[in-house]
Amino acid sequence: MSSDPKTEPLDRRRFLGAAGLAGAGLAASALPLRAQEAKPDPLITEVQDWNRYLGEGVDKRPYGTPSPFEKHIVRRDVSWLTASPDSSVNFTPLHELDGIITPSGLCFERHHGGIAEINPANHRLMIHGLVDKPLVFTMEDIRRMPRQNHVHFLECAANSGMEWRGAQLNGCQFTHGMIHNVMYTGVPLKLLLAEAGLKPSAKWLMLEGADASGMNRSLPVEKALDDVLIAFAMNGEALRPEQGYPLRAVVPGWEGNIWVKWLRRIEAGDKPWQAREETSKYTDLLADGRSRRYTFIMDAKSVVTNPSPQAPLKHKGRNVLSGLAWSGRGTIKRVDVTLDGGRNWQSARIDGPVLEKSLTRFYVDFDWAGQELLIQSRAMDSTGYVQPTKDELRKVRGVNSIYHNNGIQTWHVRPNGETENVEIA
Amino acid sequence: MSRSLKPVLLSCLAALAIIGAGPLIAQTAKTPPAEKAAPAASAQAPAATPAAPAKPAPLGLGRLALPAEIKAWDIDVRPDGVGLPPGKGTVRQGDELFQAQCASCHGEFGQGNGRWPVLAGGQGTLTADRPEKTIGSFWPDLSTVYDYIHRAMPFGNAQSLSPDDTYALTAYLLFLNDIVKDEDFELSDKNFTSVKLPNAGAFYDDDRETAEKAFWGKEPCMTNCKPEVKITGRAAVLDVTPDSKSAPKVD
Repeated sequence: MSSDPKTEPLDRRRFLGAAGLAGAGLAASALPLRAQEAKPDPLITEVQDWNRYLGEGVDKRPYGTPSPFEKHIVRRDVSWLTASPDSSVNFTPLHELDGIITPSGLCFERHHGGIAEINPANHRLMIHGLVDKPLVFTMEDIRRMPRQNHVHFLECAANSGMEWRGAQLNGCQFTHGMIHNVMYTGVPLKLLLAEAGLKPSAKWLMLEGADASGMNRSLPVEKALDDVLIAFAMNGEALRPEQGYPLRAVVPGWEGNIWVKWLRRIEAGDKPWQAREETSKYTDLLADGRSRRYTFIMDAKSVVTNPSPQAPLKHKGRNVLSGLAWSGRGTIKRVDVTLDGGRNWQSARIDGPVLEKSLTRFYVDFDWAGQELLIQSRAMDSTGYVQPTKDELRKVRGVNSIYHNNGIQTWHVRPNGETENVEIA
Repeated sequence: MSRSLKPVLLSCLAALAIIGAGPLIAQTAKTPPAEKAAPAASAQAPAATPAAPAKPAPLGLGRLALPAEIKAWDIDVRPDGVGLPPGKGTVRQGDELFQAQCASCHGEFGQGNGRWPVLAGGQGTLTADRPEKTIGSFWPDLSTVYDYIHRAMPFGNAQSLSPDDTYALTAYLLFLNDIVKDEDFELSDKNFTSVKLPNAGAFYDDDRETAEKAFWGKEPCMTNCKPEVKITGRAAVLDVTPDSKSAPKVD
């Protein structure tokens, strides 16, 4: 739950001191008290409409939506990133969310042929190839199989990809928002393969979608038999169309591209297929001109979501720093945060469930006197991996690998609270 | 409600018809119960419940896939040529098809219009500051060209090309990339696997656990980690975030 015992007790005084502040214990007395309101607040002294008149009844909102005051909290796209909105991506507004579950309607989208609209009665899943019995399943069949529930993050391999050459997009929605984290309900792929009787010669599976891109990816059998789910629900209800309704693959800890949506076919074979999405795309070009392939796992990563460029600091004194950490290799063990560009760090407070291959929420409650801050977070996972800096990654990989950028993010907070995406040395 | 009932009913009827076919149901019904799970074949890690069998017993759900159904969906092609349908097409035929079906996005010579993908050129640029990753400069396997065109192109009218069309287009792309020089070159299921792409040998499996071993197991610095910090780059200078006006070229 809390941070590594080695870092206890937290040296808060030094941490805050380094940020030019008095220690936490003294902070309260150092803060200017809010001036007394000269006039009473009419929101209190006058009767408001919502105190007087009836609101809508229970028959008006059969499927509820967020308050109109939350209208600005939406997925956003970056039009210059792609040639067409049908083969494109949008971004989760991470800076507006809390906890670890992403609301279904705000989960980022990435399609290669737009959203396939499929009546579940017309959907089929075929399993064939190196199996004893090639099978066809209806959605009804799949719903009659034993199910499981798991919370996992799905991160696009290209999340933060625009940042390889330097600070480019000003907002954590755009630098880190190709990610979501929901509870999936589905059938372990292992069970579906057992129905068909996977032959021992089967080493790879090909997953294929029913959409206009015919998305296909090769998946090693070991992973398929380990923790892959074939999911029909997210956050307690059917998958959203843009997330693969009625059926998708859930491949915990692995790059989002292999989580094939609108899943219609699984073929078992003895070799990988070398589909377009594992050759032309989702291969990582390194500085020597050679490329890594099958870089499935998403490494440990974190980002401070507040403050961030879209969520500047508005108040001096007490503030909440909040962020997310995750790892495709296991659980998050610790998250360290710096306010002074990495000169001094403290372990953040991890709150809420710490789950396998899931987003994990962290906080640092701090006092701000209006000085400049350079904020970073650094995640450590259960395998002992420590999130590297962008420069450490560039040293190994160069700047042209596009995918798998899990480098440490820096936000610069100015004295007026405005916050910017920067790089530091 | 009632409007959506009809298709459901129809598909139920279709399922009934198949059950009526006899041999299928016999085959599925003959699925042996749990004791058939071969314990020797399973080296699986134990499931969450210790008592669970390592290899799950079949539940008897789903039905046999018919050969015609498998044939309809099984269109993928592998580097070793497995999955290639009979057929053929020449560079010249491919040129004609490409101009009619592909050039509006990809350009007459595969150079890419606007932001649409570039399909030819870029050979020798993979170590350059701005690599041009195309079929000729980057792709490892010709099978991917065939498979992807056949399943997903033209964009917005996928799966409309015949095997012969796809062979011809693949041949034209080889020509645009200087991999074949002759406009009369004919690509077919017979000679397909003899064609090698220039960058075939330049890919290796994920080696992060060795190449990036340094990222594991260190105790990171917590106090007085560096003497000074300076800002070396700012996103606002670029001004390419949505709501800003400029847009860079992207790969």
